[in-house]
Amino acid sequence: MQIRPVFTALRRHRLATLLIALEIALACAVLCNACFLIINRVQRMKMISGVDESSLAFVQLTGFETKGAKDLNARMLNGFGGIAGVLSAHVINTVPFGQQAGTFGISLERSMRNIPAVIDLYLGGPGSLEALGVKLVAGRAPQLADYVTLTNDFPSDAPVLITRSLAEHLWPGGDPLGKEFWSGGDYHYRVIGVVEHLAIAQPGSRGVASADWSAFAPVQPGPFLAGGYLLRTAPGEAPRVLRDARATAMKIAPDSVLDQDASQTVSDLRMRYFENDRGMTRILIGVIVSLLLVTALGIVGLASFWVGQRRKQIGIRRAIGATRGDILRYFLMENFLIVSFGVVLGIGLAYACNLMLMKRYELAHLPFYYLPLAAVALWVLGQLAVLGPALRAAAVPPVVATRSV
Amino acid sequence: MFGYYLDLAIRSLKHNKVLTALMVLAIGVGIGASMTTLTVMHLLSGDPLPGKSASLFRPLVDPDPTPSRKHDTPMDVMDYRSAVDLWNAHRADRQTLVVDSPVKLAAPASKMPPLMPSLLATTADFFAMFDVPFQYGSGWSDADDQRRSRVAVISASLNDKLFGGANSVGQILHLRSTDVRIIGVLKPWRPSPLFYLVAGGRFAHGDTAGFYGKPEDVFVPFSSSLEINDGYFYQFTCWAAPKVPGHLIDAPCEWVSVWVELGDAGKVAAYRRFVADYAAQQKALARYTNADNTRLPSLMEWLDYNGVVPGDVHLQAWLAFAFLAICLCNTIGLLLAKFLRRGSEIGVRRALGATHAAIFMQFLIEAGLVGLLGGILGWLLTLAGLSLVRQQPTPYADMVHLDEWMFLTTFVLSLAVSLLAGTLPAFRASRIAPALQLKAQ
Repeated sequence: MQIRPVFTALRRHRLATLLIALEIALACAVLCNACFLIINRVQRMKMISGVDESSLAFVQLTGFETKGAKDLNARMLNGFGGIAGVLSAHVINTVPFGQQAGTFGISLERSMRNIPAVIDLYLGGPGSLEALGVKLVAGRAPQLADYVTLTNDFPSDAPVLITRSLAEHLWPGGDPLGKEFWSGGDYHYRVIGVVEHLAIAQPGSRGVASADWSAFAPVQPGPFLAGGYLLRTAPGEAPRVLRDARATAMKIAPDSVLDQDASQTVSDLRMRYFENDRGMTRILIGVIVSLLLVTALGIVGLASFWVGQRRKQIGIRRAIGATRGDILRYFLMENFLIVSFGVVLGIGLAYACNLMLMKRYELAHLPFYYLPLAAVALWVLGQLAVLGPALRAAAVPPVVATRSV
Repeated sequence: MFGYYLDLAIRSLKHNKVLTALMVLAIGVGIGASMTTLTVMHLLSGDPLPGKSASLFRPLVDPDPTPSRKHDTPMDVMDYRSAVDLWNAHRADRQTLVVDSPVKLAAPASKMPPLMPSLLATTADFFAMFDVPFQYGSGWSDADDQRRSRVAVISASLNDKLFGGANSVGQILHLRSTDVRIIGVLKPWRPSPLFYLVAGGRFAHGDTAGFYGKPEDVFVPFSSSLEINDGYFYQFTCWAAPKVPGHLIDAPCEWVSVWVELGDAGKVAAYRRFVADYAAQQKALARYTNADNTRLPSLMEWLDYNGVVPGDVHLQAWLAFAFLAICLCNTIGLLLAKFLRRGSEIGVRRALGATHAAIFMQFLIEAGLVGLLGGILGWLLTLAGLSLVRQQPTPYADMVHLDEWMFLTTFVLSLAVSLLAGTLPAFRASRIAPALQLKAQ
């Protein structure tokens, strides 16, 4: 079919055409960026913690005095061991998606001149690393002799296991085994093993890259490592075990305070940690749906107006030989041209929005394939929206041409 | 004339109900989305102490003595000695120290199991400086700070929980292993954000919702709480490891916030000099290395510096306004269609003597009426949107409400948008040549 008459007609409706195109352009820009943001959030929510989330529960006690802590640990581990479904119980300072603990800046030199990374140091009693279920990829797991005694919140000299991403960041391309790092000048750590993944307690809170920058130090439970308990359960048993463990904890240590917020299964901690991202994803989806709806309604409204305005011309065209299909195709083509014009404008706008978002948020460039996808979506939307009015136009009988109004 | 145009507008809107509904829907949805996010922005970016904030300042110094480390900006909080030195100098109209820590609390008078609320260690001036409202009793005096009195002020919510809201002044609380006497109970108090503890926003990657949490439940003199809750204080950061965890008085750590009240510009300038002189003196004593790294931001400057409004809230506002722009385009298009369709009516009115301006006014009033209807829909959608926000698990969810300003803004914005949308179509309609239209009849 000929495109020229469609162009000629559109030129007579420059303002309305421009408005719809502008609307399409804005819709295209928001659609691309909103989809991109959704993908980003979804990827964040898929973050790998490296631990067996579904069979882990964490119990946190507070409000006890340091001098009784050793005794508390012994009583709690004993009590937890008696709960049906508990495979093992361990003392640990925190778990992925739990409260921040053991965060410090580390340096490869004792002088602490440069601090290349801020990491989370997990401190765990015997068996806790195995209970977490992290995957060892190099070196060795801690042996009984490796478990050091704490005289402060951090061990002053300890063997540690670090994650692959931290190793790659500190010693790019090198072998991390046997390497050393320092913190606060006097605190010295030597790498004995590398694990595939072990997310920091609040992954993403210190930037995307550092989500997996953690280390694990084998430590004997005692006055400086007490109150946090990791329970390994049979698969699927974690929620029930947690309920029993909370009751046990309150019974064994009525003078302590059970931190209700922190005492959760690791799966629930994860759910709660990403609650904001889920909320934001829902909002973005809501925006996209209402945006497409409003755009479609705008197209329907304007197309209906044009059909009404051109009834007589349609009648004349039909009277001199145009088929219904010709009329239908005319309106579909007209819409296609307007949407295409809008998409062209929208590509520029989408990139401008993306640049603005990149400045304010940690976002990458908008991938190129988003644009053709958005264009196709808007073309389909436009064609569907205009179909109703176009069918009504096609139904105009040729006899209209003979009437005066 | 206005009444007549209004009548015409109502007739015209009734004439084509579907088109009218489409326009009202577009404006209403756009307004609802933007006003929801705008209200959240308004609540989160507002002044926590209107009328008072301009006289509140936060001195900042750089106490890190490590010679090799050079900071571009001072530390967010201070070490114990710097903070107490500035406080003891009494160079401002008022000055206070603040630091929070979790504390085990039990009330002998109530049968509740022990709780673990947040304790705010602060000084006598805190309550007067920050206009903290009292329900019963009062705060403590400077002498209490000096004597390390075992007294406490508690929040309204803790008073409700432990004493059923009754006057609990004179009651005893166990804080860890110490007995303290309640001397004051606050009225419900919910500053937004919890400005006096805001710090470290630049490291938060936009995730700053935590700044909007509730105030602490227990307020105890700074000097007393250091003894009561020794071992339970958390550092903001340390330049070397503390010897005893949680015992920060002599630790190489930054953990105490200082606030001062300065009545006029002269005092501000004088205090700025005082802080700079203090830093220079500390450098002379070899305690500081970066003496020139001092600042004195005002409360609002400090909130701004910390970027307290969460990044997600900004993002939602941008989205909502992009959406409003789309709705605006849509409405312009629909109004244009509606107005230009009435060429013959315009022709008759022009032929009978109506001026361009009269036609323009008539159509603008019609657009305004659409805006008003859209405003009502937008208001309802805003209320619905805000109730959704209240169900989100964010710390500020309980504060979200539509105040009278935002209620008014809803309708002002809606009218402004519709009039803006109506201007171009009304102008085009008023330019229609009457002769052509009449001939076509």
